[in-house]
Amino acid sequence: MAGPIEQFEVKPLVEFGTVNVPVLGEQVIAITNSHVAMTIAFVGVVGFLSLATSGAKVVPGRMQAAGESLFGMVDNLANSIIGHEGRKYFPFAFTMFLMVLSMNLLGMFLTFTATSQLAVTVTLGLIAFLTVVVVGLVKNGVGFLKLFWPAGAPLLLRPFVGLIELVSFLLRPITLALRLFGNMLGGHVALKIFAQFVVQLGAAAIVTGGLAYALIPVAALSLGMTVAMTALEFLVAFLQAFVFTVLTCIYLNDVVNLGDGH
Amino acid sequence: MDAEAAKYIGAGLATLGMIGSALAVGNIFGNFLAGALRNPAAAASQVGNLFVGAALAEALGILAFVLGVLMIFG
Repeated sequence: MAGPIEQFEVKPLVEFGTVNVPVLGEQVIAITNSHVAMTIAFVGVVGFLSLATSGAKVVPGRMQAAGESLFGMVDNLANSIIGHEGRKYFPFAFTMFLMVLSMNLLGMFLTFTATSQLAVTVTLGLIAFLTVVVVGLVKNGVGFLKLFWPAGAPLLLRPFVGLIELVSFLLRPITLALRLFGNMLGGHVALKIFAQFVVQLGAAAIVTGGLAYALIPVAALSLGMTVAMTALEFLVAFLQAFVFTVLTCIYLNDVVNLGDGH
Repeated sequence: MDAEAAKYIGAGLATLGMIGSALAVGNIFGNFLAGALRNPAAAASQVGNLFVGAALAEALGILAFVLGVLMIFG
């Protein structure tokens, strides 16, 4: 039986041969299952929003209401965290939210979760981080460095507090990426392990017979556990997308409203 | 000791870091409930903060998990 970690393997589906990249050496160009999962997620988001906005009415139908509530939630979030300039950054936050959400949710339906790949989550984390840096530099110029100069701290302590601020600032993309990656990886591994118990213990009970029939309740318990964890994983899939968006907004707020005191 | 065995023991020890994360997440939700029951009107506005706090606390537990995974597969 496949191990619990094998579901995260990136497999090439259509290969186009190898190319020689200067620094990285020989690389295989292929459409992988990761590629397919991300494309389905993207098409799903675009399809969902076009369906939700096609034939928009004053009194929304089901599809439109679903789209509007998602839109309204992130809009509310961006405005309450970033303030009156939140609208400007709303498209970025909404894009991030929908992409992470759809990749997380697709992981519950497909055999492969795109967000359980560190490469994918690090890319998302870096996009969020670099956006924050670029927005900060464009909006504040050199004043961006005030982020690492805590005016509230005693003068003697400021360099040290600033250094800690700098390190925690540089760690942001890593924690963003690891949180998403770890949650998706951990959840799916646990799900798979409990699902394996059902089959393995059930098979052991039937094959061995006799006293081993006592394993049947344990297998049934694992089955219940699998169902409960599946429900939990849906919650986690949504929650992690939400948290990713909230944190992106908070980081953006740091540089957009720099020095306004908050 | 066999290096392979030490790897698994290390991975097991790394998961102990999740204890702290579990305490932290429980603390956050417990305190939220305590606060929400005292002032239910203000509770809804703090749900966002609740989840951000829970996510920040949980991230450290996830780091312990990632360390364990790195020890076995790294």
